[in-house]
Amino acid sequence: MFKKLLPCLGKYKKYAFLTPIFVVVEVILEVFIPFLMARIVDVGIKNGDTEFIIRTGIIMIIMALLALGFGVLHGRFAAVASVGFAKGIRKKLFDKIQDFSFANIDKFTTPSLITRLTTDVTHAQHSFMMVIRIMVRSPIMLISATIMSITINRKLSLIFLFAIPVLGLTFYLVAVNAFPRFKAMLKAYDNMNASVQENLIAIRTVKAFVRDDYENKKFIDAAENVRLAQKRAEKLLIWTSPAMQLVMYACIMAVSWFGGNMIIGGIMEPGELFSYITYSTQILVSLMIMSWVFVSVVLSRASIARIVEILDEKIDITDEESNNKLEVKDGSVIFENVSFSYSKDKNNLTLENCNFSIKSGETIGIIGGTGSGKTTLVQLIPRLYDVLEGRILVGGHDVREYNLKVLRDAVAMVLQKNVLFSGTIKENLKWGNENASDEEIIEACKIAQAYDFIMSFPDGFDTQLGQGGVNLSGGQKQRLTIARALLKKPKVLILDDSTSAVDTATDRKIRENLRKNVSETTVIIIAQRIASVIDADKIIVIDDGKINGIGTHEELLRTNSIYREVYESQKKGVA
Amino acid sequence: MSRRRQRGFLKPKNLGKTFGRFLKYISDYKLQLIIVGVAILSSSGANIVGVYLLKPIINEYIVPFIGSKNPDLTGFIRMILLLGIIYLTGILGTYTYSRLMLNISTGTLKRLRVDMFTHMEKLPVKFFDTHTHGELMSRFTNDIDALREMISNGIPNIFNSTITVVGVFIMMLILSPLLTILVVFMLVLMLFTVRKIGGRSAMYFMKQQEALGKVNGYIEEMIEGQKVVKVFNREEKIKDGFEELNETLRAASTSAHTFAGILMPIMGNLSYVQYAITAAAGAIMAVNGIIDIGTIGSFLQYTRSFSHPITQISQQMNSILNALAGLERIFEILDQEPEEDAGSAELVYAQKDRDGMITEASEPTGMWAWKIKNGDGTVSYIELKGDVRLENVTFGYVENKTVLKGVSLYAKPGQKIAFVGSTGAGKTTVTNLINRFYDVPDGKIKYDGIDINQIKKSDLRRSMAMVLQDTHLFTGTVMDNIRYGRLDATDQECIQAAKLANAHSFIMHLPEGYNTLIHADGSNLSQGQRQLLAIARAAVANPPVLILDEATSSIDTRTEALIQKGMDKLMEGRTVFVIAHRLSTVRNADAIMVIENGEIIERGNHDDLMALKGRYYQLYTGMLELA
Repeated sequence: MFKKLLPCLGKYKKYAFLTPIFVVVEVILEVFIPFLMARIVDVGIKNGDTEFIIRTGIIMIIMALLALGFGVLHGRFAAVASVGFAKGIRKKLFDKIQDFSFANIDKFTTPSLITRLTTDVTHAQHSFMMVIRIMVRSPIMLISATIMSITINRKLSLIFLFAIPVLGLTFYLVAVNAFPRFKAMLKAYDNMNASVQENLIAIRTVKAFVRDDYENKKFIDAAENVRLAQKRAEKLLIWTSPAMQLVMYACIMAVSWFGGNMIIGGIMEPGELFSYITYSTQILVSLMIMSWVFVSVVLSRASIARIVEILDEKIDITDEESNNKLEVKDGSVIFENVSFSYSKDKNNLTLENCNFSIKSGETIGIIGGTGSGKTTLVQLIPRLYDVLEGRILVGGHDVREYNLKVLRDAVAMVLQKNVLFSGTIKENLKWGNENASDEEIIEACKIAQAYDFIMSFPDGFDTQLGQGGVNLSGGQKQRLTIARALLKKPKVLILDDSTSAVDTATDRKIRENLRKNVSETTVIIIAQRIASVIDADKIIVIDDGKINGIGTHEELLRTNSIYREVYESQKKGVA
Repeated sequence: MSRRRQRGFLKPKNLGKTFGRFLKYISDYKLQLIIVGVAILSSSGANIVGVYLLKPIINEYIVPFIGSKNPDLTGFIRMILLLGIIYLTGILGTYTYSRLMLNISTGTLKRLRVDMFTHMEKLPVKFFDTHTHGELMSRFTNDIDALREMISNGIPNIFNSTITVVGVFIMMLILSPLLTILVVFMLVLMLFTVRKIGGRSAMYFMKQQEALGKVNGYIEEMIEGQKVVKVFNREEKIKDGFEELNETLRAASTSAHTFAGILMPIMGNLSYVQYAITAAAGAIMAVNGIIDIGTIGSFLQYTRSFSHPITQISQQMNSILNALAGLERIFEILDQEPEEDAGSAELVYAQKDRDGMITEASEPTGMWAWKIKNGDGTVSYIELKGDVRLENVTFGYVENKTVLKGVSLYAKPGQKIAFVGSTGAGKTTVTNLINRFYDVPDGKIKYDGIDINQIKKSDLRRSMAMVLQDTHLFTGTVMDNIRYGRLDATDQECIQAAKLANAHSFIMHLPEGYNTLIHADGSNLSQGQRQLLAIARAAVANPPVLILDEATSSIDTRTEALIQKGMDKLMEGRTVFVIAHRLSTVRNADAIMVIENGEIIERGNHDDLMALKGRYYQLYTGMLELA
């Protein structure tokens, strides 16, 4: 099950390889010690040979110290290998996700990607460590201790012929039956946690409607379910210890009885009996450990499957067939019979047969209701998604001909969900252009109407933003994201509802600045407010994934009923 | 999500007190705990005694008969049977204590969870402002998990291991004080090793957690912003940044796991060294006739059973300290002051008798009244009308940062009051004060002439419905979510409300209509649809006061025009507070308050304010450049 992930080991491969070898050496040394002890008792004491005793004793100590040395080595190597393995997986996953297209990201969803990169990797690391160490140690221990006991006394070792299957079967039955119960328990857990999460998020709603008793009742039920599910699952699991004891004690009793009789009959020596008891402990304990490890490795299989799923994911959008030398020469955009579907299903189109053309340097407004396909439309331009049918030309070439980096450098987009990252304001702005000078940054901020508020902070451009820009207001965040996009000096600038939290006066100023300062850039503005697009060169009206009308404000007022309706709805409150 | 995994190895601040409180929690199970103690004693005792019996078996029932043709085995059989009985007691003990601990741990955890949750529901909104969801979630997951580990494993294990170590030591002394002296030397070495390595390991684990926290934080931030990363072509940069953190984590984690990983082989093999020394020394003693073979046999078994419990004790101690630190955090939540609720006025159904006197009714009458308990034991009733006054209210969420400065306003029953102003001006704050999400330190808020501090919080809130800026839905059906407004509403009433909010048609388009399940805060619905549901929820509640905080902000203007009629009907006859970004929504308000920097700078109706040509006029015309 680790096969697919083995390349993640990288330079830690040799440690992963040496660990089991050292484990084997340690186990063999360990297994010999009780055997030597039997010799001390049976030969040394019997013959009164002090020198033999001391010699064998010293050999035993040396062996134990050697085993200790190998034990430390494989402990260290296992740590290096499994942690290195985890690092490798994490790197591979992270890099792969960086190559994901929007469609790939949508498919997995953000929280699930995060879980895979964090908890799932930890599980994989843990079970890898178990496999190279304990999964090697226990079976080898089991086998060699069995061999030793057979060597000492073949007949007596028949006991294990009963003990091993009985204990193995018990563990197997417990594991098999407990597994579905544990799954049920985890589900109950998830339910309960979801209920807590929900209440944390919606605490104001709960309080506003005075539903605390109602929520408490729901939670108590969920907590009771968890309690019962856990009891049901673990009730089975707790049988393992007494079962283990039962078999082990039975073995000791059997060994004592039969062994004792053999000693009396003169076929066995007392020292052999002592070592025999030690071997039976070693055998049964390894069996128990094997069953534990087995269960936890099985449990982590799901994690590994989830990791592999990402690594195997086919990247939706690549630029392997692109022309590396092609540059975007201007900001013209042409849509030719473009249809698009998120599910790649012709019967479930989000955009249907869209045609229009934008000249370089024009300002275009896009208007349409929620869910009409505005955002989808513009996301096709920087190839965040690929068209299903038709084609899109930017600067005279199909977007698929460009190197992705070249295309996206030329087409800047301010997403609806604007994200800022922890770091200073300046660091965030520099996402647009790593080498931007202070003057350029200031200019971009002035255009985006962000300069004044940035300067009002005590630390100005060096103000630290929390994750997601938590210490800024919605409008401030939007203005920063616009400035960040401007720094790219793009050929096409797309603003997807990017001024919704900015007050109308500022909104107007931003548009004026854009017209004045970046006149050669094509600007595409998606807006709810007619006011935001009223002075555009062209306005595109989208309804239910189709282009419903294209024209200037005046033309559309005359010819387009949807546009007129939107206009009226906004005007009514105002005029 | 990932933060849940960042388990810190923090030591509890006040170990004794926390443990004491913990004992109080599990004291419900006093009797069971006593049985557990006895059971553990018999479980580990059986093992110790069993090993001891090896000596008499060898010495008295085997060795004397070696070579005998007709051995007398009755004594031997008796010993084996005795061994069987002792072992059975041990097995019974093991099962009993595991089973009882399962009872105790699941029961105690449930109690703690429920206590924590119900207490949390009582905490003021302010508490949730100052604690992140991740942090609070972690109390329910990480901290409780650590505690479960401690109750069901840690405590019994430590108890068990201690008994074993002490018991084995005593037995060794009984068997051979001379050999025991040898053992003591190795024992000290073992304890020393455990302390040293265990301490190192804990330190590196702390470092690992720190590095892991950074890696997970980075992952979370970047994956959440993944689309922005792509739009800005930042993939390679991000990879480099990740590689750096990933390598730091690897280094720290390797050390942590190394120390954890070498402890077992060191301890195990030290015990073999001890085994070897004991065997050799015992043999020499036997040769010289100081000791017999049976004693050596038992003694050797004992030396092997030392290392495991010592390792256990050291490992479990760490996890117990960790769990207690978590428990301390849980107690911190339980110790938070719940929302203050000293008010005594209650909301009751009311009716008027012929003289116009208000009396309490047992059934809904369409009329409500505040029932006020007077100091002399009598009660009086005041009709609930929805008359809200703010008198000179000053308020800030954090000290020294006032959000509202001396705000006074007056809403007559049935009036629609609108708040207008830029983001952060304090609009939402006003409504937050009216329903007592936060308490006013300065100034007074009166509701139908009663100071709102005199009204029972739950009744105050029941008298008003809120549609909040962020709409939150709960797991359950669409119908359940609408009914959240009033739990005894019939299906018919819920559908009626949905129609009023113009939500009916989209609900009917959902796969199972009103029975469609909503998951994870309604992620399968658009923001606009969620807002429509929230409006329906408020409509079902049917309260005298309505607070609409940007209730239609995510609904496009065409749909908004469609639901306008429904909204008008919803607002009819109620006192309504509206906060809106879109001025069109507030135009027909009876009074519009323009709030700027926490102060009301303009007030009046639309025409008044337009005539004033002030801030409102500016905002309005700014919007209106299209006209």
